[in-house]
Amino acid sequence: MGKMPISLIRFGEGSFWMPAPASTAAPAVDRVFDFILYVSIFFFLLIVALMLFFIIRYHRGRGVEAEKTATHHTGLELMWTVIPLILVFIIFYLGFTGYMNLATPPANTYEVNVVGQKWKWLFTYPNGHVDDNLHVPLDVPVRLVLTSEDVIHSFFVPAFRVKKDAVPGRYTNLWFEATEPGEYDVFCAEYCGTSHSDMIARVIVHPPGEFEKWLQDASNFLERMAPADAGAKLMTTRGCKQCHSIDGKSNIGPTFLGIYGREGVFKDGRRYTVEENYIRRAILDPQSEIVAGYEPVMPTYKGRLKDQEITAMIEYLKTLKE
Amino acid sequence: MNGSTAVADNYLSHGRGFRSWFFTLDHKRIGVMYLASIFFFLILGGFFAMLIRTELLTPGRTIMDADTYNQVFTLHGAVMIFLFIIPGIPAAFGNFVLPVMLGAKDVAFPRLNLLSYHLYVVGAIFSVVSILLGAVDTGWTFYTPYSTTTHTSVVSMTLGAFILGFSSIFTGINFIVTIHRMRPPGMSWNRLPLFLWALYSTAIIQVLATPVLGITLLLLIVERLLGIGIFDPALGGDPVLYQHFFWFYSHPAVYIMILPAMGVMSELISVFSRKHIFGYKAIAYSSVAIAVLSFLVWGHHMFTSGQSDLGNMIFSALTFSVAIPSAIKVFNWLATMYKGSIRLDTPMLYALSFLLLFGIGGLTGLFLGALATDVHLHDTYFVVAHFHYTMMGGVLIAFLGAMHYWWPKMFGRMYSEKAGRLAAFLVFVGFNLTFFSQFVMGSQGMPRRYYNYLDRFQPYHVLSTIGAYVLAVAFVVLAGNLIHSLFRGRKAPANPWGSATLEWMCASPPPHDNFAEPPEAGDPYDLEHLVYDESIGGYVPRTAREGA
Repeated sequence: MGKMPISLIRFGEGSFWMPAPASTAAPAVDRVFDFILYVSIFFFLLIVALMLFFIIRYHRGRGVEAEKTATHHTGLELMWTVIPLILVFIIFYLGFTGYMNLATPPANTYEVNVVGQKWKWLFTYPNGHVDDNLHVPLDVPVRLVLTSEDVIHSFFVPAFRVKKDAVPGRYTNLWFEATEPGEYDVFCAEYCGTSHSDMIARVIVHPPGEFEKWLQDASNFLERMAPADAGAKLMTTRGCKQCHSIDGKSNIGPTFLGIYGREGVFKDGRRYTVEENYIRRAILDPQSEIVAGYEPVMPTYKGRLKDQEITAMIEYLKTLKE
Repeated sequence: MNGSTAVADNYLSHGRGFRSWFFTLDHKRIGVMYLASIFFFLILGGFFAMLIRTELLTPGRTIMDADTYNQVFTLHGAVMIFLFIIPGIPAAFGNFVLPVMLGAKDVAFPRLNLLSYHLYVVGAIFSVVSILLGAVDTGWTFYTPYSTTTHTSVVSMTLGAFILGFSSIFTGINFIVTIHRMRPPGMSWNRLPLFLWALYSTAIIQVLATPVLGITLLLLIVERLLGIGIFDPALGGDPVLYQHFFWFYSHPAVYIMILPAMGVMSELISVFSRKHIFGYKAIAYSSVAIAVLSFLVWGHHMFTSGQSDLGNMIFSALTFSVAIPSAIKVFNWLATMYKGSIRLDTPMLYALSFLLLFGIGGLTGLFLGALATDVHLHDTYFVVAHFHYTMMGGVLIAFLGAMHYWWPKMFGRMYSEKAGRLAAFLVFVGFNLTFFSQFVMGSQGMPRRYYNYLDRFQPYHVLSTIGAYVLAVAFVVLAGNLIHSLFRGRKAPANPWGSATLEWMCASPPPHDNFAEPPEAGDPYDLEHLVYDESIGGYVPRTAREGA
């Protein structure tokens, strides 16, 4: 699995319980958390205090005999029914209003489509650019439309206090407005198999004006870069390297090292030689030809990669010679 | 009845050999077999827990690869839930104690009872076989479409859980009928020991909820084997539907686990405080209230699944309603201790641990029931810590309390109090070390079911792992003490703790038929007529002693 590639850069301003808040919703959530925390501490200390007092005061070792007292007391019992009832109603209400804030995006949000797949997040911007990290402008409400290619994943940014499942076959959404420039962790919170814990991306919050510049730069890399370099970038942003190593190690998929021209057998016994058309088929229709010794887990990229992009990826693979 | 009378024929010596046990119709022997089997799976589940905690000492690989880790945490969950904690207290102690508490000779359907145990064994075999066939890596929740597409032996494991479900249903039916039909003279519903109220409420959930799990797991198997699209969107199914089905059972199942534990608590707190239980009716009816409400809150496992906001609101509100009966119980237990004569024997130490740990478990549930905070905390270690505080800090602790409380009755031997208290103390310390740190790393953002983690979470993980090792030591002390008692323990009197429920009126261990004739039942919490008799080291009725 290797080392964790990413660590949270903005850390240290949070409390004992919570990471530093970085969205408009976070302080509101933290206030609800704190209220429940105070209620909990009060009742826990009450239980501890009563218990300790009774144990010490009425310890049999000190020769204390039990005294006959009432076996029930309607007033007392009503008290410890009604007071908790009021408190949990308040907690419910705070939790609910806080949640409605999380669930209701304002008008005019900036929208990004998010696809979860084993074991990578892919972010598609309105202009069609796809990236493996989420870049957003500061102080602008952003709405994410989530779905999944395979199993259920869950998009979780602790610093923003947001989480939503990415479910195959349907769309879910969440929104946030970042309040601090910087970089934050995105975790997958719904168990999704082998590399679940490596399904980590970053949210990069750009100061005003810089986001548009980044998007423009990032979008035209096919024109700017040599095909092999652009292919290398695509391999990273589309999640290929999550399962295919480039150093010869066997992973969930076969290694890319020396792949061009390699010969071998499929699960069904047919022989193959890796050339341009083979690679194209493997990307667009991966389930049709499974290399012996591997499981059919790769998602299709049909409709998700342009011909020009596949060509660039093939050029990149040709450079990975043993 | 004189506690010092040695009874030559008891249920342990009544018949010898494997067949006399494995095919017995005696509820006490079935209870003991359950206890042994369940304890075995507790140790197995604990072994998996040690592997998990050891792996998590460092980020990345420590002792195993990611796929193995995923299998190990799944097995830990599945073994603990299906083979230890659900059958746990009802199957082991319920079976042993329930008929004796009623002054009856056996449960209403002894053959069905034996069938329950045999189904438990068969279900357990299926689950263990699945480990050999390629252990499941889905998590114990078997969420679709992961579980319908993974290449591990999901069918064998779910079939095991399906069979175990029937074992649970049969036990439930048996207990309901027994409590309705076989109460002794003088035992009205308002004189039913609270442990039996708890078992009764549990049985209602077992009978009503478990079939839903059975159907859900069958549908899962059908989808995997026949490719019929029910849950997998690739086949036209709905994965979130699976979650609804699954939690419709599995949330009530949480109360299948905790209600019997609460029943044990009511017995222990009263006996070791030498006080009549406070608020008997409130405790009894709150068990039933919990059983009913438990069916209405399953959606709180799915606040981030994309279910409707209205649904989330309703499930959140209903979830908080369950907090009330639990709070009532806790305060009634505390009130029971008031002006008592409190004795800190091993079972009482577990009862007090329960109060603190279940207190934390319950209070942290408030963070998860509240929608705004649950969105952040869902599927993090905060949830892991929360349910371990309720399930382990609650149910397992009560199970251990029950084990030490009824041990003299079951085996006729006293264990070492010193070693028992030491183990209880170590369990308490180890438990808090293990799980309190998990609350903090969870709210800091550490998701659950992670093989690898960011460096900044390591200190919490290290603390947690040290705690787990302390727990392992505690269990060695605990098991050593109990096993030692079987061979070297002092002979137990009929009533070592001064309890007024009927199981303490017959000898320890009880004779094969429990009672020659049905005893008259009085108030199960009227402890004043019992006095300590030093010559036998146990309690006897005041009249018997004065008459002597």
